[in-house]
Amino acid sequence: MDMVKLTIDGKPVEVEKDTTILKAAKLIGIDIPTLCYFQLKDMNIENRPGGCRICVVEVVGRRNLAPACSTNVAKDMVVNTHSIRVLNARRTVLELILSDHPAECLTCAKSGNCELQTMAQQLGVRELPYQGEQSTYRKDTSPAIIRDVDKCILCRRCEMMCNDVQTVGALSAVNRGFMAVVAPAFEMNLEKSPCTYCGQCVSVCPTGALTEVDHSRNVINSLADPSKTVVVQTAPAVRAALGEEFGLDPGTLVTGKMVAALRRLGFDYVFDTDFAADLTIMEEGSELLDRLTRYLKGDKQVKLPILTSCCPGWVNFFEHNFPELMDVPSTAKSPQQMFGPIAKEYFGKKLGIDRKNMIVVSIMPCLAKKYECQRDEFKVNGDPDVNYSLSTRELAHLIKLANIDFNSLPDEDFDNPLGESTGAAVIFANTGGVIEAACRTAYELYTGKKLEKVEFNELRGLENVRHATLDFDGLPINIGIAHGLGNARKLLEDVQAGKSQFHAIEIMACPGGCIGGGGQPFHHGDSEVIKQRAAAIYREDAGKPIRKSHENPFIIKLYEEFLGKPLGEKSHHLLHTHYFDKSKGTYIE
Amino acid sequence: MAKIKLSEKKIEELKEVCKSFNNDKGELINVLHKAQSIFGYLPAELQEVIAKELNVSVAHVYGVVTFYSFFTMTPKGEHPISICLGTACYVRGAEKVLEEFKRVLKIQVGETSADGKFSLSCLRCVGACGLAPVVLVGEKVYGRVSPEGVKDIVAEYGN
Repeated sequence: MDMVKLTIDGKPVEVEKDTTILKAAKLIGIDIPTLCYFQLKDMNIENRPGGCRICVVEVVGRRNLAPACSTNVAKDMVVNTHSIRVLNARRTVLELILSDHPAECLTCAKSGNCELQTMAQQLGVRELPYQGEQSTYRKDTSPAIIRDVDKCILCRRCEMMCNDVQTVGALSAVNRGFMAVVAPAFEMNLEKSPCTYCGQCVSVCPTGALTEVDHSRNVINSLADPSKTVVVQTAPAVRAALGEEFGLDPGTLVTGKMVAALRRLGFDYVFDTDFAADLTIMEEGSELLDRLTRYLKGDKQVKLPILTSCCPGWVNFFEHNFPELMDVPSTAKSPQQMFGPIAKEYFGKKLGIDRKNMIVVSIMPCLAKKYECQRDEFKVNGDPDVNYSLSTRELAHLIKLANIDFNSLPDEDFDNPLGESTGAAVIFANTGGVIEAACRTAYELYTGKKLEKVEFNELRGLENVRHATLDFDGLPINIGIAHGLGNARKLLEDVQAGKSQFHAIEIMACPGGCIGGGGQPFHHGDSEVIKQRAAAIYREDAGKPIRKSHENPFIIKLYEEFLGKPLGEKSHHLLHTHYFDKSKGTYIE
Repeated sequence: MAKIKLSEKKIEELKEVCKSFNNDKGELINVLHKAQSIFGYLPAELQEVIAKELNVSVAHVYGVVTFYSFFTMTPKGEHPISICLGTACYVRGAEKVLEEFKRVLKIQVGETSADGKFSLSCLRCVGACGLAPVVLVGEKVYGRVSPEGVKDIVAEYGN
């Protein structure tokens, strides 16, 4: 590798020749400010349009200032990142960006987490010298995501996520100059676009231009209504990230504190989506085994590979893009949506609570879950199985609103029976986790033998597309895993072409899986945060006394008392779903 | 946006255009050029077909269409009227001529009259500066046009 020596702010540095000034500076502890630039290291995600010009630096001998994010180093280059000329230019650039940005920080949903606000603070902007016409655009509210284009600074991060990483293609820069906006085709609302509500655009937006639909108010009202029994379920990924909102290190597990906080917020029952994840494994795992056994017996009708169906962003994606493959994914509902009917039809009935008087709230790392719980097929006479879905961020906000000192809370346990779960359920949060959980159960059910080592390390990691062959007592099972919808598309295209060699494929829409979900605390481009969350999830699993879903005593009891058997009639009715073709263009029929 | 259903035949024609560029997404601008020369404009449904054929998102196609001023999503009138606003025409009063066209036709630049007969656009120099100010109706060139003459030109096309 060719190395290049240069000097940045008087410090010598030697780097590989195609390194940018920005990255070279970082190596010697110089943090050049950036705004449009975005990177998730080791995850192959980078946005580098060189558009905002906040990162300009002075290169001795060069006439104009250079954008550090998109200028490569050169031999003997002398760079100054904070000369008077640079500081003046950088401030002017920011002031010009701010001249077309509403100064509504006090009431903005992103306040405190806004990178533009941080930049204004960092550069010491104390007045807005450039006043003039501001571009305005209508607000667009979808079931999960709000677009407030007035706050957009055209950094194109959302466009990069939506197109390059997710290959969803809902957003593009349209028009030009002062009229330029990032919008769906024909500037229609997001709801009419192929948006999957994965929320990755929200998780990378530096400002308040893209935010989630906030349902906290509905939840507060339900909690205050004495006629309602309010039940909460928490997704596995939440416990590995919620602490970040309270200043704890990424990867701090706060399961017990989270339960305590929810109880103090006034929820009548604090349950765990992990219980429903164990239930998902019973249904999805049984479906895998059923398809596999029929396939091995020579049944030509059977569809393999089976695809997981826990991720609502992913479900939206294949409904939009691969309608001809709709009989390939498992029919099992997601854990969130399995929890709903079990809470209302089993638990509620046991207590004599009419479903109309029960409110089920879910805490999710996800924005697509907000859309999922509003789907018509998940309602009974208009009453949704899950009433409201809050993001991890919204829960943190609720906790602060209720004056709860989170960090001093004691650890508390979930309520029973829907709060008991296994290690298999916890790892649903990580890419590869659902299929690992399924394999722990499928192995034992298929071979009739005890699985001694429950960790399938070959299924773990952060590579974009992974595959492994597991040995089911002589039967090789081929597993495929993809996280991020662009990676999922690659696997799907193989399935479409009949080239796929997999028996089962797990797909999660977000990079890293649910731990990197669109509803999680903002990672601001630090992939270490995602890695720490993943490690925390595996720690939680390792510490669980029971680590296989089919050994969860409350799951066993649920089948004995209520459901009968996996894939049975009651399961079919309450725990399975069907999919819809959403591929039709808006204009072409 | 009004919904227009493209006929099967038109869609086939469009697919042929895409095919002539090997359905290559890098040829999007050329495909749009060709499509606009055939259809006169680029309605939404046409963009959806192109997106599908070239395997790009509709949002991306729309982004390109709205970026380049050459592309239009408004159908041109049966008789497209272009007023030259090049230097020579401008100094000889082209702007007043344009204003008169707007008044007579009751449309703005870039629009099409309600009956679909006329559309109005501006251009820069057709190379007939000796005839300034110059107006084009379709392919026909009118020279030394005065605001007073606008009505007569429009009348020629039955309005």
